[in-house]
Amino acid sequence: MNNTCVLVTCPMFTYLEQELETRFNLIKLWDHSSSKAEFFNNYSSSIKAVVGNTKVGADAKLIDSLPNLEIVASYSVGLDKIDLDKCKQRGIKVTNTPDVLTDDVADLAIGLALAVLRKVCVCDQFVRSGNWISGDFGLATKFSGKSVGIVGLGRIGSAIAKRAEAFQCPISYHSRSKKPNTNYKYYSNIVDLAANCEILVVACALTEETHHIVNRKVIDALGPKGFLINIARGAHVDEPELVSALLEGRLGGAGLDVFENEPEPPEQLFALDNVVLVPHVGSDTGETSKAMADLVISNLEAHFKGKPLLTPVI
Amino acid sequence: MATKETDNQQQRSSQELPVVLVNRLPSFRLPSKPPFEDDLLSHFHLLDPHDSPEPYDSFLSRHASSIRALITVGTTPVTAEFLNLLPCLGLVVGTSAGLDHIDLPACRSRGIAVTNASSAFSEDVADCAVGLLIDVLRRISSADRFVRGRMWPAKKEYPLGFKLRGKRVGIVGLGSIGSEVATRLSAFDCSIAYSSRKKKPSVPFPFYANVGDLASNSDVLILCCALTEETTHIVNKDVMIALGKQGVIINVGRGYLIDEKELVQCLLRGEIGGAGLDVFENEPNVPKELLGLDNVVLSPHRAVMTPESFEALLQLTVANLKAFFSNKPLLSVVSNE
Repeated sequence: MNNTCVLVTCPMFTYLEQELETRFNLIKLWDHSSSKAEFFNNYSSSIKAVVGNTKVGADAKLIDSLPNLEIVASYSVGLDKIDLDKCKQRGIKVTNTPDVLTDDVADLAIGLALAVLRKVCVCDQFVRSGNWISGDFGLATKFSGKSVGIVGLGRIGSAIAKRAEAFQCPISYHSRSKKPNTNYKYYSNIVDLAANCEILVVACALTEETHHIVNRKVIDALGPKGFLINIARGAHVDEPELVSALLEGRLGGAGLDVFENEPEPPEQLFALDNVVLVPHVGSDTGETSKAMADLVISNLEAHFKGKPLLTPVI
Repeated sequence: MATKETDNQQQRSSQELPVVLVNRLPSFRLPSKPPFEDDLLSHFHLLDPHDSPEPYDSFLSRHASSIRALITVGTTPVTAEFLNLLPCLGLVVGTSAGLDHIDLPACRSRGIAVTNASSAFSEDVADCAVGLLIDVLRRISSADRFVRGRMWPAKKEYPLGFKLRGKRVGIVGLGSIGSEVATRLSAFDCSIAYSSRKKKPSVPFPFYANVGDLASNSDVLILCCALTEETTHIVNKDVMIALGKQGVIINVGRGYLIDEKELVQCLLRGEIGGAGLDVFENEPNVPKELLGLDNVVLSPHRAVMTPESFEALLQLTVANLKAFFSNKPLLSVVSNE
């Protein structure tokens, strides 16, 4: 196995790279960025596995250039950066990292909601800048009891719902189809969901259908007293519409972990008090990063030993 | 609010309404929110010495014999000396979550009932505690500064945070606020233990009589207890060392629950992992060493500051006063434990 060539697409997590290096012949795509042609001449036919993530995955171009690719192991649960159709056609296996990151992402969703409604970051800045000496801060908005609408009631959406329920938040959701075994109110139309909740949380997978699923209509339905929390993908939200709604006061506030063009969120948001912006850290805890890395390694080892994959997608 | 007409109406009908003294420091005001403020004013004749041109002492002594109840605004003190000026007083209505500004033994010895407002605030304070905890562990405020400071494109990555699930949370004081914190953090799959004056038999969580033992067995300490002589500096250096280098302290109680100088030193030396603080020993002054730390989240004593809290507070205030004047059981009386 030590001779097996594994390509990692971009810097992800030092521990992951170290573990891959002890087991495989690890090739770092970014080491060869100046000499791409030469790189592909030398390595392309020996690469059997690709480890990608939410920044750089495995698109059609990359897959086409690797004739002996057998498996794509994604250091993420989201699959939007992998050309799944191409993988299916070529018989390439795909694995991801579900479950191990569910709690952290759900925790961040609630943390962002609390931060936006209770103005935690603004208050922190108020104290740090010395303004408390001159006068009191104003009022914030209560979180407990606010109605929460979740877009996508998968693992992460359900975990968010469970947490919000402990705050007495009534829960409703929108997804492709109604889920059995849940008492939460279902809306087949996302605009209706937005019109009937105070905090809208995006927690679904990014696909062609869900691209810009949060558009002007949804934002208007959520309204000046509504809040948007996005821990899914930037492309779920029509970002220019979101920005103008926030600037014009047509939306109450937003907590955002993801943006259409990372690492460059819209700068017009930087001066706003009713937004909280974090740099795609949904699963970024030491514990979860390690668990995700271990899962990538285990899937690769299983594949090359001819054993069943732990978390196959296809 | 007041017009000449309403003033006259008030004067005519106020003769029949029970008298309630508003005890406040000049810079404090009762939170006002119609329709509840109207409810208060339509049922009670409020006397506010600071709204009168008459000197404070003379106003008070002139009305003393009719004052059976008072509302104390925020942390306006109710001292034994003050109580001595009100021989007919039977009720002190607190409007703050804490009670450390009220001389409870003096009230007890005079047979004066005291009601507190923590049930009006407990959800908001619990939300604040959880919000601070997630912020400290996941570095939310710090990351927000990172993004707004335009550092993301250059630095590409942000330091990893800490997972909340599975953390052992030790709650100091399991009253209405502590219980709400426990309910919330249970849903995040934290394990809960607590310390309080006495073990609560109906509570499923492990009890520690000693805060130091609680700290030894916890990753997070959340302070939700009242400030009394016994609880002053209850979180001292030993407790912080017991909590450990990855430990996090959240304080939504009172600043003096923690030895603040020691807290600063422990944070600077890395003896504890982080802190989320809504209260301080000498508000609005915050130790300047904290202002530059990324593993600390600071809040200007805002845990109760939502419009919803104030609505709940006024409702509770009106309900307690109505109960008192009709000889019915008070809603949130402070027990004599």
